[in-house]
Amino acid sequence: MATEVEAPPKAADERVRATGSASRLLARPELGALVGVVLVYVFFAIVAADNNFVSMTTLASILNRAAPLGILAIAVALLMIAGEFDLSIGSLLGFSGMAIMLLISPEDAGGFGWPLWPAVGFALLLTALTGSINGLLVNVTKLPSFIITLGTLFIFRGLTIAVTRSLTSRTQLSGIDEVPGFDLAGTLFGTRIELLGAKFSITIVWWVGLVALATWVLLRTRTGNWIFGTGGAVDAARNVGVPVSRVKLALFVTTALAAFLVAMLQVVQVNSADALRGTGLEFEAIIAAVVGGCLLTGGYGSVVGAALGALIFAMVQQGIVITGVDGDWYQVVLGSVLVVAVIFNNYIRRKAATR
Amino acid sequence: MSAQTDEAVLETRRLSKYFGSVIAIKDISMLVRPGTVTCLLGDNGAGKSTLIKTLSGVYEPSEGDYLCDGEVIHLHSPRDALARGIATVYQDLAMIPLLSIWRNFFLGSEPTKGWGPFRRFDVKKAKEITRDEMGKMGIDVRDPEQPVGTLSGGERQSVAIARAVYFGARVLILDEPTAALGVKQAGVVLRYIVRAKQRGVAVVFITHNPHHAYPVGDHFVILRRGQVYGDFAKADLGLEQLVQMMAGGAELENLAHELQREAGDDAELREAVAVLEQEVKAVAAEPVVVERRADVVSDEEGRPEG
Repeated sequence: MATEVEAPPKAADERVRATGSASRLLARPELGALVGVVLVYVFFAIVAADNNFVSMTTLASILNRAAPLGILAIAVALLMIAGEFDLSIGSLLGFSGMAIMLLISPEDAGGFGWPLWPAVGFALLLTALTGSINGLLVNVTKLPSFIITLGTLFIFRGLTIAVTRSLTSRTQLSGIDEVPGFDLAGTLFGTRIELLGAKFSITIVWWVGLVALATWVLLRTRTGNWIFGTGGAVDAARNVGVPVSRVKLALFVTTALAAFLVAMLQVVQVNSADALRGTGLEFEAIIAAVVGGCLLTGGYGSVVGAALGALIFAMVQQGIVITGVDGDWYQVVLGSVLVVAVIFNNYIRRKAATR
Repeated sequence: MSAQTDEAVLETRRLSKYFGSVIAIKDISMLVRPGTVTCLLGDNGAGKSTLIKTLSGVYEPSEGDYLCDGEVIHLHSPRDALARGIATVYQDLAMIPLLSIWRNFFLGSEPTKGWGPFRRFDVKKAKEITRDEMGKMGIDVRDPEQPVGTLSGGERQSVAIARAVYFGARVLILDEPTAALGVKQAGVVLRYIVRAKQRGVAVVFITHNPHHAYPVGDHFVILRRGQVYGDFAKADLGLEQLVQMMAGGAELENLAHELQREAGDDAELREAVAVLEQEVKAVAAEPVVVERRADVVSDEEGRPEG
């Protein structure tokens, strides 16, 4: 009795077609975004040729803009692959930035006068806690996270504004550079790297590092397999023993931590926190993830794709500024990029599935 | 290489399950042995689903005993059943369409290597094992990277069966694995059932198709209206008898009457009625006489009027 390759060879022959590396590439979720990056860059390189679009300074300003959004998009993409949304991420960014500033502000200004690092640690804890509130609410109520986090979007934003104003009677606090211990923070979060005459923010380094880490987790660890499983078919995943609730909770905390990191980077870089900071970022991060090939319904997507999505986003933004087009058109262009990218991704995915 | 022994791995003794006033199954007694295929046959509403959900730990029986390895057990969840090596593959599979075969195969039980924060999914091993295990079941995985969603229904069932066998299932309960499949694909699944049996697994194969059950089954339990209507070894039963029993002379007659009422002057329907009536005559002329297996406790008197 044959033990292997027992299927009649004829049947196998008519069904196996050589699928070259090209069609394998097509099956990758980030392909659409990669093509998008090239197309958008070439487009602006031609349209804004007179305005020096192809230059080190423009590249730096694109990357500096893409990096913070990209960091958020990593976490949002992971969560989206697990089948959930976090609309509160922009509010959490404002919340954590303000938490840091409130804790370190002198007592006579309405703050708590803490030293820098304990304040950072405590703010980190608070933010992780708010993230787990999102996760627990979604796990316990079984309601769509879209609704839950739409609620917490307003709750966290409102809380930030209300508490800040009642303590300090302002909505913007500055002066982190006067706190002892700022030097190390300034190096970690505020360094600018000069390269060929252009200034690159250290945020880019954080971004690239986190993309690598998150990609490794997603593709090469058990947790990654669980994330795909949770978003792909939640009941099936639960049946085979994937701790679905724990995966979701961990990812909601991850999005909160991503918001915290971006808040920390911004607080150090611009030396202030604003209760309104991060407004609208939740949608930008979701756009980046979707443009990067994540399925809104979960179970499919990539971190690299989300990073490329953030890059497209920043290129469009900078491109419009540099071209000198009226900024009022920015949202029109952005929306169009989103729609075109999703249509393109959908097409690619269908091609890939029936390769 | 059949690993058949006489020790039953699963046994039910007068197992009953009630939902309020509804008697879903009543006094079901059956034996499941390693290295054999036990076919559970029955029409819709015969109690197949309730019985397998009780066997797989979804329901707890209302009355009667459920034994595993000769010992009375009480399962509270499918996890309890899994821990005892009783795996169930449902028709709406535990498969994630967008994920590749190897990721699906190991979902929830991923092999790892490395230590501490560097502990990672052993991807190479996972792909190798997937290919090997599928090979042992007689399927040549063309590309383990292929998303499960691009596989045919039969292939998907096969992946699920291969996975259950690999993760140490001693009892494999298959819920209508061939119901939604074409002839060719059903053949593929039937082949895996035989392969699993040859590896010493006790297979419980639920179906309402005698043509699928007969070629692979060693033992046939026919359910009707929540009770065991018949329990036969293959040697005591021919395919035709099984088909007749599944259809049942009385049922055929009812069906003929029903059709006749609808037929009116539709020539095609009238023809169908004629065929059915002929079949009814055939059943009446050659009554099914089969011995009940002596080793199975089955209480004829205990039944209420059907």
